[in-house]
Amino acid sequence: MNLTLKVWRQANTTTRGSFETYPIADVSPDMSFLEMMDVLNEELIQKGIDPIAFDHDCREGICGMCSMFINGEAHGPDRLVTTCQLHMRKFKDGDTITIEPFRAKAFPVVKDLAVDRSAFDRVQHAGGFISVNTSGNTQDANAITIEKHDADRAFDAATCIGCGACVATCKNASAMLFVSAKVSQYALLPQGKVEATDRVLNMVKQMDEEGFGNCTNTGACEVECPKGISLENIARMNREYLTASIKG
Amino acid sequence: MALSGLFLVVFLGQHFTINLASVVSKDSFNELSHFMGNNPLVQFILQPILIFGVVFHFIMGFILELQNRAARANKYGSYKGSANASWMSRNMILSGAVILSFLGLHFYDFWVPEMNYKYFEVLPEDPTRYYEELVHKFVSPVRVGLYVVSFFFLALHLLHGFGSSFQSMGINNKYTPAIKTFTKIYAIAIPAGFVFIALFHHFNAL
Repeated sequence: MNLTLKVWRQANTTTRGSFETYPIADVSPDMSFLEMMDVLNEELIQKGIDPIAFDHDCREGICGMCSMFINGEAHGPDRLVTTCQLHMRKFKDGDTITIEPFRAKAFPVVKDLAVDRSAFDRVQHAGGFISVNTSGNTQDANAITIEKHDADRAFDAATCIGCGACVATCKNASAMLFVSAKVSQYALLPQGKVEATDRVLNMVKQMDEEGFGNCTNTGACEVECPKGISLENIARMNREYLTASIKG
Repeated sequence: MALSGLFLVVFLGQHFTINLASVVSKDSFNELSHFMGNNPLVQFILQPILIFGVVFHFIMGFILELQNRAARANKYGSYKGSANASWMSRNMILSGAVILSFLGLHFYDFWVPEMNYKYFEVLPEDPTRYYEELVHKFVSPVRVGLYVVSFFFLALHLLHGFGSSFQSMGINNKYTPAIKTFTKIYAIAIPAGFVFIALFHHFNAL
């Protein structure tokens, strides 16, 4: 396939960026999107042009590092995949593909397509954990009986890889799906109930301080989430938040 | 937002029921309107709550919109919003702004003359005046056209807003499919009913 790539280039956080156009030839439909980007970067390096910076790590849809906004959608046109799992067969010969970084005030561009998602880390640090004594006396988690339904829901929420596609795709740049997944994975389990009140209040407070937008329930985050995190988590977090606010 | 929205949805149903009476019976409409316009509970408790609900809903809507726009200062070059969310959900501020404009016209048509009649000119109470006042407003085709357009946008607003308010209040469970179905029925039937009433009186007056 021969393609034209319109790629966002930005030297650093403070400079203004712009789109640059690069033609790329002989792209195999079996390549992953990131492999195609690797080939483009090889060509740019050979021409003496600064290669395009983009985040990537495991390249098997687990780590949540890849973060491109491709043709107007987070992680591209496919569903339930990260950019590293997106294949070039999803595009046609002659296509022009627009590639941008995830855009949100809380995700400043570091360079080109790489963004700083440490806001998610700070939200997690605000309450996305349980406090346990790990000195060797910790109770075996398998000895605590948990209803299968709750265990499944908690596991589903825990599959969130924190890639930020929910923020990127939401018209309001809201992080509610991410935060609600992190709240839910603990709220559903007995180990998480002890700190449930502080957790939800602190995580939501941190989310607001980071400058994410408000949720207006468009549902775009659920559609674009590579792990299929459900909107049910947002409703659960809203319940948790309401209860915690009443408790104080 | 969710609570004030649901409150307004309930009010809308009540308003529609009274308006529908104008199609069925002139006397019933006059009777209901007279009750609503003179009952102290309605006038001095429910009406201020309603006005507060309307103002709160609109102010919060605009504040949320401003906050949400600020959360993404740099816009995308390419953004395919239709790929993952409905038009209604992405344009609540637009449909809301149209409804707000309509409310301006609606208050000018009905509420301002009513306040003037009762509290400024202090005219003698006439329990039979309401039907004629209503019909008079629907003589103008321009006004009826504005009503039709406004209720179209109200339907779009409700199609997302009604069901969305349950999600905001933490309700997303086995009843959600039923809530979504009821949302669709209510969001289409009530605005369509208001349009029918406006057209009924317009063509009756010709």
